[in-house]
Amino acid sequence: MKDFRYLSGGSTLVLDRDVCTGCGMCEMVCPHGVLTVEKKKAAVVDHDGCMECGACANNCPVGAIRVSPGVGCAAAIINAWLGKEGAACCG
Amino acid sequence: MAQDEKVCCGPPSGPPSGPFERPGYRLLPFVAEVIDTATGPVPRVKTILETSDHLSTARVRWGIRRDQYKVAPGLYCIGHPNAHSPVLVTANYKLSFDRVRSEANLPAAWILVVDTRGINVWCAAGKGTFSTEEVVRQVRAARLDAFLAHRRLILPQLAATGVSARNVTKECGFTVIWGPVRIGELRRFIDGGMNASLSMRQVTFPFYERLVLVPVELSFIIRHLPWVLAVVFLLSGIGANVFSFQMAWTRGLWMAAALAGGVLSGSILTPALLPWIPGRAFSLKGVWAGLLVGLMIGGTLWHRTSVWEVVALLLFTMALSSFLAMNFTGATPFTSPSGVEKEMRKALPAQFGTILAVIALWITAAFR
Repeated sequence: MKDFRYLSGGSTLVLDRDVCTGCGMCEMVCPHGVLTVEKKKAAVVDHDGCMECGACANNCPVGAIRVSPGVGCAAAIINAWLGKEGAACCG
Repeated sequence: MAQDEKVCCGPPSGPPSGPFERPGYRLLPFVAEVIDTATGPVPRVKTILETSDHLSTARVRWGIRRDQYKVAPGLYCIGHPNAHSPVLVTANYKLSFDRVRSEANLPAAWILVVDTRGINVWCAAGKGTFSTEEVVRQVRAARLDAFLAHRRLILPQLAATGVSARNVTKECGFTVIWGPVRIGELRRFIDGGMNASLSMRQVTFPFYERLVLVPVELSFIIRHLPWVLAVVFLLSGIGANVFSFQMAWTRGLWMAAALAGGVLSGSILTPALLPWIPGRAFSLKGVWAGLLVGLMIGGTLWHRTSVWEVVALLLFTMALSSFLAMNFTGATPFTSPSGVEKEMRKALPAQFGTILAVIALWITAAFR
């Protein structure tokens, strides 16, 4: 989503291209077009667009993607800091 | 007495009991009828939303009983599906379910509702309730393999955060097809041979979708309003005479105006004007919106109060706006948790420091 940009360098997304088989699953599930298959290997083309939802890592058949997933939500983070369990923001 | 003669007690009787009436059960208003399948009765649901659906949607948009807005998990259908019809999988949040039945725009389909505890698709996937295990469990419970000629499930792409397509296949033999992000594009997706274009795969956050989230933000604030206002009026009354109800009222109203300004700029203006307000950090966007609204409030009070009080009110509006704008991160589809945490480590101390400065300024000004 190019018209909405959040902070740069804020994502934990790491792709191991040596492990990648180029199946294209990550490209299919990413809601922000962060990953694209180029020359039969996935590539991170928009690292700052990543919101760490974890869909790619969850669906990579060879475990080539690592990301620390979570919800980008101030209320949830405050609750976590306060030690409240399971008190996420979205319902 | 002949049977067709008019009797004394009331108008003529209505129609007899329908075939779907059972002792102790009531048919939900969105069910058109119940059809029989090889594996049992399945509710055929209406594809046009009714006034009652729209009213309850409006209610949950204001955060009222939102956590209990669910439909029972299991199999439903639209139209008259057969063994070859597609299976659409969705969450059991009624808002999600209503979207699917009203916007799928297919002549016939099965709708498999999984138990996400009444949470929408994406949030449930993030929390782990829209999971591989839950999809497999519902596929088995509905005994889809007993009457379907195919082995395909269409899942919303946003469920991929919680569902592993290959594990679903491994455990129940069904292939997961990642459908478009927006159910309204499903028809084009299917007509295009189950191929999603790039735009179908990407989330957007247009003006209307941002605005529709504002009431829930406001409902959180309303819950805290009583004690916040109590503090505002209490602080405003402190002065040379220890406490003055006259001052509590007049100065309290000014501060309440600054509070309302902070809510307006942080929870309404910032979401509405999100892409056009400068800055990437939401707390910064909130500062700018708060500055604008705060200056307008300060301008109207300029001749009635001191410079220090105007400065305090301006800072109050900005700090509150910044905090509330930061809270909106949770409602957006593009902020990362690492980013939000990074932003908060800087913004929270600044916001609280400013609030403390405001309190100090406000009380000091009352003694001058």
